[in-house]
Amino acid sequence: MANVIRRQTPAARLGRGLLYGVLILAALFYILPLVVMLMTSVKPLSEISAGTLLSLPQNPTLEPWAKAWGEACTGMRCDGIGGYFWNSFAIVIPAVLISTTIGALNGYALTKWRFKGSELVFALMLFGCFIPFQVVLLPMAQTLGWLGISSSRAGLILVHVVFGIAFTTLFFRNFYVGIPNELVSAAKLDGAGFFRIFWRILLPVSAPIIVVSVIWQFTQIWNDFLFGVAFSAHNTQPVTVALNNLVNTSTGVREYNVDMAAAMIAALPTLVVYVLAGKYFVRGLTAGSVKG
Amino acid sequence: MRDTLPMKNTAATPLGPGTKRSAPSGSLQAWLPRLVLAPSVAISLFFVYGFMLWTFVLSLTSSRMLPSYNFVGFGQYARLMANERWWVASTNLMIFGVLFVLICLVIGAFLAILLDQKIRQEGALRTIYLYPMALSFIVTGVVWKWLLNPQLGIQAMVQSWGFESFRFDWIVDPDMAIYTLVIAAVWQASGFVMALFLAGLRGIDDSIVKAAQLDGASLPRIYWRVVMPCLRPVVFSAVMILAHIAIKSFDLVVALTGGGPGYATDLPATFMYAHAFTRAQIGLGSASAMLMLGGVLAILIPYLYSELRSRKHG
Amino acid sequence: MAALEIHNVRKEFGSERVLKDVSISIDSGEFLILVGPSGCGKSTLMNAIAGLEPVTSGNIYIDGEDVTWRTPADRDIAMVFQSYALYPSMTVRQNISFGLEMRKVPKAERTAAVERVADLLQITHLLERKPAQLSGGQRQRVAMGRALAREPKVYLFDEPLSNLDAKLRVDMRTEIKKLHQRLGTTIVYVTHDQVEAMTLADCIAVMRDGNILQLGTPDEVYNNPVDMFVAGFMGSPSMNFIRATLEDNSGGYQLRIATPGEEDLILPWPQERVAAALAERLNQPVILGLRPEHFSEEDERLTSQAEGTLLSTKVAVVEPTGADILLRLPLGEHEVTARVGPKCAVAAGERLALRIDMGRAILFDSESEQRIA
Repeated sequence: MANVIRRQTPAARLGRGLLYGVLILAALFYILPLVVMLMTSVKPLSEISAGTLLSLPQNPTLEPWAKAWGEACTGMRCDGIGGYFWNSFAIVIPAVLISTTIGALNGYALTKWRFKGSELVFALMLFGCFIPFQVVLLPMAQTLGWLGISSSRAGLILVHVVFGIAFTTLFFRNFYVGIPNELVSAAKLDGAGFFRIFWRILLPVSAPIIVVSVIWQFTQIWNDFLFGVAFSAHNTQPVTVALNNLVNTSTGVREYNVDMAAAMIAALPTLVVYVLAGKYFVRGLTAGSVKG
Repeated sequence: MRDTLPMKNTAATPLGPGTKRSAPSGSLQAWLPRLVLAPSVAISLFFVYGFMLWTFVLSLTSSRMLPSYNFVGFGQYARLMANERWWVASTNLMIFGVLFVLICLVIGAFLAILLDQKIRQEGALRTIYLYPMALSFIVTGVVWKWLLNPQLGIQAMVQSWGFESFRFDWIVDPDMAIYTLVIAAVWQASGFVMALFLAGLRGIDDSIVKAAQLDGASLPRIYWRVVMPCLRPVVFSAVMILAHIAIKSFDLVVALTGGGPGYATDLPATFMYAHAFTRAQIGLGSASAMLMLGGVLAILIPYLYSELRSRKHG
Repeated sequence: MAALEIHNVRKEFGSERVLKDVSISIDSGEFLILVGPSGCGKSTLMNAIAGLEPVTSGNIYIDGEDVTWRTPADRDIAMVFQSYALYPSMTVRQNISFGLEMRKVPKAERTAAVERVADLLQITHLLERKPAQLSGGQRQRVAMGRALAREPKVYLFDEPLSNLDAKLRVDMRTEIKKLHQRLGTTIVYVTHDQVEAMTLADCIAVMRDGNILQLGTPDEVYNNPVDMFVAGFMGSPSMNFIRATLEDNSGGYQLRIATPGEEDLILPWPQERVAAALAERLNQPVILGLRPEHFSEEDERLTSQAEGTLLSTKVAVVEPTGADILLRLPLGEHEVTARVGPKCAVAAGERLALRIDMGRAILFDSESEQRIA
């Protein structure tokens, strides 16, 4: 679509200028909130009330970040969001690893070892991608209680794995559908079995979809709020819940700089992941959603 | 070779079509795929289908603080229909959903087409448009709450530039607060729609555009008449994803408006959570969750139907 | 003894019958080609032999042992796939030795096998490359090397040359033939290319709609086809089918061919080829099958050609191919193709005298399309 021939008339040049103008305006719309968040997070409170959103910090300070990390009040407790930040990691990492592993095996079994009813199994699982999670909240709360893991990190890991495998299975299935079945046939003739074929033949070519699955699960679980607020106690909360509590704790003066620093801290891991690996993610994900 | 001779004899015996099937020697291998899938199927049956049924059962009971199994038929649904707050939440979802989906589509398609004109620094621009998707709705809500704060945010900034009469206090205006949700949600998701469209545009065969050029069509016309119709599947996917985000929207409301002012920005998701978890109305909350599920199914079933049909018909 | 025996094999997908009672037996060292149009079941049969798809009924024996319900790995066969199916993450060396590794062959033997095969196929310099760094022809060689390394009882080739360009295809065809002559391996080879079938096979099975129509040597299949389908499928340009009426010719038989705008052509049927089946069809329509090379240009200096029947007709199109010339001429209701020598100086629209070699002509029933004589 990019190979459109253009004449370089003055009108065309004006058009190009306009084009860039619009694109830059749009870029400002997307980038400014982040810029404002960052600038506010390093301003002292006095500067915030004196200046405006876009006034540059005169005396940049990391004080609000330190406070957000270690001292700010989140509800009853005032020990910052640092602990919750690590909570999130403790939940996210196992949940991502487990759900990606299960999704990869599911996708492999569904595409390369089709059996009667395997399409039905896939449709059954796919449905899990689409339900509004409100519909499972109450039974989940009770089930976690029965299992003895309510309000624990293990409980949250379980919840994220359970509702993540629908997505990871979808990703891996759509990817493995595109891998020629003859590779598997050849390996079968060579004498390799189910797991050996997966390990030696499929897994080494799965890097693109592993990236997609890991990034998707990482951002989904890191950014989750609903399950976090519903199924955690004060010491197992993920950072999103802590951030919300911090912002809504109404004791004393509203410290907007601390709010913004806390928001930055909560946003950083997913932003870093996105900046480092985002392009692989978009490539993989859009390929899947365009082709269906 | 000697031991193969008897085999030859059996080979010569004609075997009817009903010959018994001895299991292949790798019978474990044959069952492994099913064994591997079994836990996921069990999980799906219990945690998705079982829980949906469970919630439905709860919605037929008078449960309040704790689930009880005192059945009251569809009484909770009747209560829901009579609940003004539920109607506000549903109406809000309609407004929010329609505006959010439409605006995201328009902005996403527009930016994708602009980016498709051999732009310098396309990669950087694309990254900027897309990064909000990586954020939590809680972060988005916190940031926009700050930006929309009348005393310190955009309104104050524009006023300080000399436009004293400038008003942008939607977040505290019960009639306008719902639109602040639209702004923040569009900010977060429109870049993602752009990426979907851009990938779709890149997937279109160049020769179609060249043929249209030879036919003398102008560039906007080519996009409108030739290119966009090819992107119908992308539009479809985007609408599904966006509608899904809209119906599930919970965190954004919690962080940006807290459902307020009053309950002016309640959505079914926050309504459900509030009744089920904080207001001890488990029966009513379950009923509202079931209606949300109904809403999703109303969108999902036609989608899956047309997807499957179009796949079958190539 | 039979290296591969297929007994009454049937394969059904739901109500669709893909293989209908197929039986084949080939000896050790034989080169069997399964040929037929797409959808005829040849690939399904191949997969059934490999064990990649279970059969609905029937039995498959390799070296006398019933392998019908064995896994692919336990059948001692190797397969070369149309897409080559090289493991993308492995080097050529690893690709070739993978099957041996799975069979727990000691490392030293594996290395020796790889060297032997690489030497045989002249791919030694490619051993450390990944499949993505190879050309189509090189990938093809590696795929064959992977099969050869294991020295199985039966080799299966599934349209191995169809992804190569025309020149390379001819070269590789020769190479496969040489390999077979040298190694004496038992090969089952699937193709839809009748030239490959003719040039490579010891034995050809022509398939259609899940049935084997004819099983025979290339010569039998080409010169004595059982029906119009086999006759038309083998040979390029394909056999001409001409509608004719079988008539009595004072004790013998003759064929009358009505050509619009021309006088009726009478072709006497050779006395030595009279068969009982002809009498039943007297004065009835039959189909005369003539291959393009059954026509030859009349040359007065050669008397040996006097046996054929002379035909004088107006040439519609002249298509020189270099080695010879193809002529399109009206005969019967349609145009037919005749192959004549490259020296034949005739232009479109001119009349030309051609001899027809009725000694090799074939008659088919016009209803059942089966061969009569």
